[in-house]
Amino acid sequence: MTEIFGVPTQALFGQLLIGLINGSFYALLSLGLAVIFGLLNIINFTHGAQYMMGAFLAYILANKAGLGYWWSLALVPLLVGAFGIAIERSMLKPLYKLDHLYGLLLTFGLALVIQGLFRNEYGTSGLPYAMPAELAGGRNLGFMFLPNYRAWVIVASLAICLGTWFVIEKTKLGSYLRAATENPALVQAFGINVPRMITLTYGFGVALAALAGVMAAPIYQVSPQMGADLIIVVFAVVVIGGMGSIMGSILTGFGLGVIEGLTKVFYPEASNTVIFVIMAIVLMIKPAGLFGAQK
Amino acid sequence: MKMKRTIIAAALAALAGTAGAQVSDGVVKIGVMNDMSSLYADIGGPGSVVAAKMAVEDYLKATKSKLKVEVLAADHQNKPDVGSQIVRQWIDVDKVDAIADVPTSSVALAVSEVVKQKGKAFLITGAASSDLTGKACSPNSVHWLYDTWMLANGTGSAIVKTGGDTWFFITADYAFGHALERDTEAVVLKSGGKVVGKVRAPLNTQDFSSFLLQAQSSKAKIIGLANAGGDTINSIKQAAEFGIVKGGQNLAGLLVFITDVHGLGLDKAQGLIFTEAWYWDLNEASRAWTKRFVAANKGKYPSMDHAGVYAAVLHYLKAVDAAKTDDGTKAIAQMKKMPTDDPLFGKGRIREDGRKIHNAYLFEVKKPSESKYPYDYYKLRATIPADQAFRPEKEGGCPLVK
Repeated sequence: MTEIFGVPTQALFGQLLIGLINGSFYALLSLGLAVIFGLLNIINFTHGAQYMMGAFLAYILANKAGLGYWWSLALVPLLVGAFGIAIERSMLKPLYKLDHLYGLLLTFGLALVIQGLFRNEYGTSGLPYAMPAELAGGRNLGFMFLPNYRAWVIVASLAICLGTWFVIEKTKLGSYLRAATENPALVQAFGINVPRMITLTYGFGVALAALAGVMAAPIYQVSPQMGADLIIVVFAVVVIGGMGSIMGSILTGFGLGVIEGLTKVFYPEASNTVIFVIMAIVLMIKPAGLFGAQK
Repeated sequence: MKMKRTIIAAALAALAGTAGAQVSDGVVKIGVMNDMSSLYADIGGPGSVVAAKMAVEDYLKATKSKLKVEVLAADHQNKPDVGSQIVRQWIDVDKVDAIADVPTSSVALAVSEVVKQKGKAFLITGAASSDLTGKACSPNSVHWLYDTWMLANGTGSAIVKTGGDTWFFITADYAFGHALERDTEAVVLKSGGKVVGKVRAPLNTQDFSSFLLQAQSSKAKIIGLANAGGDTINSIKQAAEFGIVKGGQNLAGLLVFITDVHGLGLDKAQGLIFTEAWYWDLNEASRAWTKRFVAANKGKYPSMDHAGVYAAVLHYLKAVDAAKTDDGTKAIAQMKKMPTDDPLFGKGRIREDGRKIHNAYLFEVKKPSESKYPYDYYKLRATIPADQAFRPEKEGGCPLVK
């Protein structure tokens, strides 16, 4: 069997694929962050908590209302998105005119409060969430055993990411959004309700986080700190991709998932720091990020 | 990072605020420190504080002792620097006499140094590294509950005996994981088995699939999980997803707590075999204690760590009264001198190296159909008698043992 640095190529294929799967979560989450930052200029530190709420809500729907995975996939993003909208309306709105730091502090504080509430109620060991029966099991690809559910995660997240990119970059609605961030007064003068658009955009970004949470529930433990563990990495992804760049965050999400996966093979001890090392290097060479526009 | 530092500073400032409550030497202060908010928080966490308070209450009621006892709590966030910082503050400013629990071996090793320097008492229950009674032993520490040698010896030899003779380790990359891997490897080799590979995963990893895939391609019969808490739960959950057990390999959870089994659910955890030092449903006394604990702990059942904190604090208070001092070094010496006796671990003793000696138990997780009432999770497979459960005193390399 051929080997690369002592690792059989077959095993390497498997690791690449796994990297892509983890990258799907990074991409989904960083996409939401990028949309919110790009269009609202808010550094949404509540994103991790909203992802965690997505997973918990799926758990609650399953255990209290008897609604399964597919129902959750449809309902949870709406519910958590609505929660996001309520936050935007009541708390974030007054902060738009102020420095970024205020938004960051508010959202960070909110994240701590939400996590604290869930921890108080559910503890930290995590709760089991069953995989949907349709996606249980897996297939043998020859070089690895691929669980069906993981295959679904890649496909779904790619579709959502590309769809979002298409809407924002290629449609009329997207062009309004982009114009409104450049010059809200002018766009409003054309008769477009800019504040509502911004509110809905925030809701959409939050819904993306919740969707990622539902998709994560069957794989990871549903626990209050699941978002906090992930959010720091996701922020690094956004910074590497370039704050606010939609395509940048998608590509970096998948790319860094793969790099992290490979690190787990060649030097596992560094697998939770490699992304930050890359971030430091990128910031030194291209301070605006790989895909960010220099302002 | 900056944010984190600010928060830590704020937390320390909040702690400093309690300094005004400094009292005469007539008060025995016990600081319960553990992971209050992250992956190990259900194992110890606020439950350990509940257990310590129960011990104080029970002791004062049963003995009519005149001691004044206070229990403090803090979160070390699994970071050795944060942990030793808090302990310094507790000892220097708040006049804390004993530190209890302290899971996460890297933190416990750091704290042990500080406690030794300051001549206080350290009641270790949550940490696992057998080095705490080996080369890093201290005249100021008692290691109550379990250690990596006990876990390795109980689980490792049982599994090798039933044919699991090739092993691959997925190890948490810090002091505890390393010690657990080392001690288990020694047992596997001694029993005639072989270790075909190992991988070091960072603490608090979300996704274990890369590591599991490496374990899968190693073709080892047994995948040894030298990790704990959330890491163990995620490994077991994802191993099921990748069809590892169906493919003929078996998992060995080297450190599993009842809270982990609860988090996994019986359908995923069934059949797991592991060693613990205590289980709530062991006997009448443990059930009675559990009933009171559950009422005080928001309906959550106790882990062995909670039982350990209770028993260790109880014995410590007896020693303080017997030695008529809360001087740490003298209290620990007294703890070693007196035989131990409590409702949860029965009669036992503490060795010169600080190791508390009691039975260990090999458990198997029940099938969902076998579980009859809440938290009815374990079947007892074997009892490992106290004199065989722990590393012989001479082999540890503790300088206190002559």
